[in-house]
Amino acid sequence: MSDEKRVDEATGTETVGHEWDGIEELDTPMPRWWLITLFGTIIFAIGYCFAYPSIPLLHSSTAGYLGWTSHGQLDAELAADHARKAPILAAIARTPIERIADDPRLLAAAQEGGKAAFKVNCTQCHGSGAAGAKGYPNLNDDDWLWGGDIKAIHQTLQHGVRYPGDDATRMSQMPAFGRDGILKAEQIDDVVSYVRFLSHQEPFNISARRGKEIFAQNCAACHGAEGKGNRQLGAPNLTDAIWLYGGDRQTITETVTNARYGIMPAWGQRLDPVTVKMLALYVHSLGGGEKLPPADPAK
Amino acid sequence: MAGIDCVSRAGIWLFLALVLFAACAVSVDQAFAVHMALCSGVALICAFRAMGEVGKPEGLAAETGYYDEVIRWGVIATVFWGVVGFLVGIVIASQLTFPLLNLHYDFSTFGRLRPLHTSAVIFAFGGNALLATSFYVVQRTCRARLAFPALSRFVFWGYQLFIVLAATGYLMGVTEGKEYAEPEWYVDIWLTIVWVCYLIVFAGTIVRRSEPHIYVANWFYLSFIITVAMLHVVNNISLPVSWVGSKSYSAFSGVQDALTQWWYGHNAVGFFLTAGFLGMMYYFVPKQAERPVYSYRLSIVHFWSLIFLYIWAGPHHLHYTALPDWAQTLGEVFSIMLWMPSWGGMINGLMTLNGAWDKIRTDPIIRMMVAALAFYGMSTFEGPMMSIKSVNSLSHYTNWTIGHVHSGALGWNGMITFGALYYMTPRLWGRERLYSLRMINWHFWCATLGIVLYASSMWVAGITQGLMWREYGSDGYLVYSFAEVVAALHPYYLIRTLGGLLYFTGALFMTWNIWMTIAGKRRDEAPLTTAAYDPARDHPLKPFAA
Repeated sequence: MSDEKRVDEATGTETVGHEWDGIEELDTPMPRWWLITLFGTIIFAIGYCFAYPSIPLLHSSTAGYLGWTSHGQLDAELAADHARKAPILAAIARTPIERIADDPRLLAAAQEGGKAAFKVNCTQCHGSGAAGAKGYPNLNDDDWLWGGDIKAIHQTLQHGVRYPGDDATRMSQMPAFGRDGILKAEQIDDVVSYVRFLSHQEPFNISARRGKEIFAQNCAACHGAEGKGNRQLGAPNLTDAIWLYGGDRQTITETVTNARYGIMPAWGQRLDPVTVKMLALYVHSLGGGEKLPPADPAK
Repeated sequence: MAGIDCVSRAGIWLFLALVLFAACAVSVDQAFAVHMALCSGVALICAFRAMGEVGKPEGLAAETGYYDEVIRWGVIATVFWGVVGFLVGIVIASQLTFPLLNLHYDFSTFGRLRPLHTSAVIFAFGGNALLATSFYVVQRTCRARLAFPALSRFVFWGYQLFIVLAATGYLMGVTEGKEYAEPEWYVDIWLTIVWVCYLIVFAGTIVRRSEPHIYVANWFYLSFIITVAMLHVVNNISLPVSWVGSKSYSAFSGVQDALTQWWYGHNAVGFFLTAGFLGMMYYFVPKQAERPVYSYRLSIVHFWSLIFLYIWAGPHHLHYTALPDWAQTLGEVFSIMLWMPSWGGMINGLMTLNGAWDKIRTDPIIRMMVAALAFYGMSTFEGPMMSIKSVNSLSHYTNWTIGHVHSGALGWNGMITFGALYYMTPRLWGRERLYSLRMINWHFWCATLGIVLYASSMWVAGITQGLMWREYGSDGYLVYSFAEVVAALHPYYLIRTLGGLLYFTGALFMTWNIWMTIAGKRRDEAPLTTAAYDPARDHPLKPFAA
């Protein structure tokens, strides 16, 4: 510790005179731009505190000259958005779902809204491209479990599939043929052979021949004598190449043995009616949407 | 050492071992049992070691020399935990790129490995660097031997136990769920004990100093130790569900809990990663540059303004949340006012090179320190900018934050620590020089390129993410689903992982270099530069203010 000031040769600045383990300090003044910027930020801060809520009081805080609040900003933005969308949403609300397609602009707006709602609510199971996953149907094709016209899709969305707490939910249950002892393991093996024959994956061998009989007694009631399914019961078509859980021998055996019980929420309980309507129109537009059957002349 | 003393010390350790073993036996959950068994084992080892001291001569009280044994351990621990922490970082970066790498085991999922990474780099790597350098710096700048050497050993090994308990806890799913404060109540209590002992050793050494003044590095270290103690204790106030179980509940709830957490979290950055490391900078930069500190006045003003302002800036982590508007406003303006106090450290560090600028070209350690200060300056500008609400509404919850943190952590904390390690190692082990200077240069370029890849990919990722989230179509509906945004980030995640790998590679060079230096080897290599030193081309910058 020398405690002796000296002038540093390289910079021409005087040292403070302290020394620690060989480290000295120069007596350089603080950079002026640094001080000015520091005071500038302080002045900005004070001004900002006058403009916005800043000083806490007993039950609230100072309101700020601008009267801004984050809730106020959110409310204003939401209100503006609502006001912008209100006419179109009202039009969607009052138009019966099957008539919306008559007005192309209304339809386009509804599909756009449905697309946004789909991304938030549906992609988790059906995927962002609506291509589905194991146990979750692909919504792009024309293979519909519960019907693919606009009214059927709307009904499915509104009330869900096997959704507890909604009386109008799509309801059906395939028996667990193996677990409940309705069929023996070898019988299941045969009926699986037959199902795979129906979907053109295996030849009509002896096992499938035996399975045909079992199918007629146990499965045809729902899936139809030819295995083409029944939309009233949500029974899938077994003759095509589209499988909800999988068409390989092991998966079909699992399905017949333990049955499946896929559930979709009743979106009518969660979303407002217009959003459900828009969702139905969007799903209908994905590629497989069917025309409504001709009106029943008896009505 | 007096036999009776050792026996009674061993007795205390043995008693502790038994109590911990009993706690293990009656614990209500498996994780707590594992931790208590671990602690019991450690106490048992301590008991045996204490017994081993019986009859040994009193350690040579070299009162003239500094007490450096614990610092040597600290250097080794810093390197070790650094490598571990960086490696886990690469693992979790890869998991974000390829989710399959979560491997379907509980303990290998991102959720458990992420706190392992953050704690390993901040508290294990950074914490050991701070422990080691603070003990190194305080002795030399006070010209005093470390106070209570035995206690300093307890601080070091106790801190390692804290790290092991925290890390194994995360893997077993033990967490308070508070970012950077994840360890549960019993680990918190242990850290509190260790930390108070740290304060006693550090402050005790300052009290014993033979210099009339306290050097600025020690102000920073002291403010870091005291503030971290306060932050740690307050944020971790909680009530255990059972005294023999790992779970506890915070004393705070709702928005109070959030604010306490981010008061802690922000100042963990402010005092652990800024003030503490500035202490490091204020010693090692002037020493390595062999130049006086640029401005004494600046160091005083920026020290006091930094520690006064930092403590209020936490609410900027909670913009646009349930936190009242007034608190958000204060969090923002205090962050903006923090800009210049933070830059004071950068100016003082960089301008210390006045008259030695040439060393950036010739001395790879100085180059590393200058890069550290540059990254420090960048991230302390970026921080106040991101605290502005309209910027924050875009950046918050995105990878921009991750990029910001890492340009500070990899650039500032990492580089300045590497510089300090390279400075200390030959001196602590009495080696003439490091094993290889060229290897420092390789380390420097790997690390710098790694940071550039990391930070720039995360900026792009963050802004992409922020813009996609708020993208509205012409009909006023959101355009992208969350999963689509995640998919868009994939290439940036990949680049980030590569950046991390480069940084890790640099750290491996350092490990090798330090290992060989300790082993007393010297690499046969060409000198780093053949350019002749020309003092005429090394003019200092003129002082900014007349």
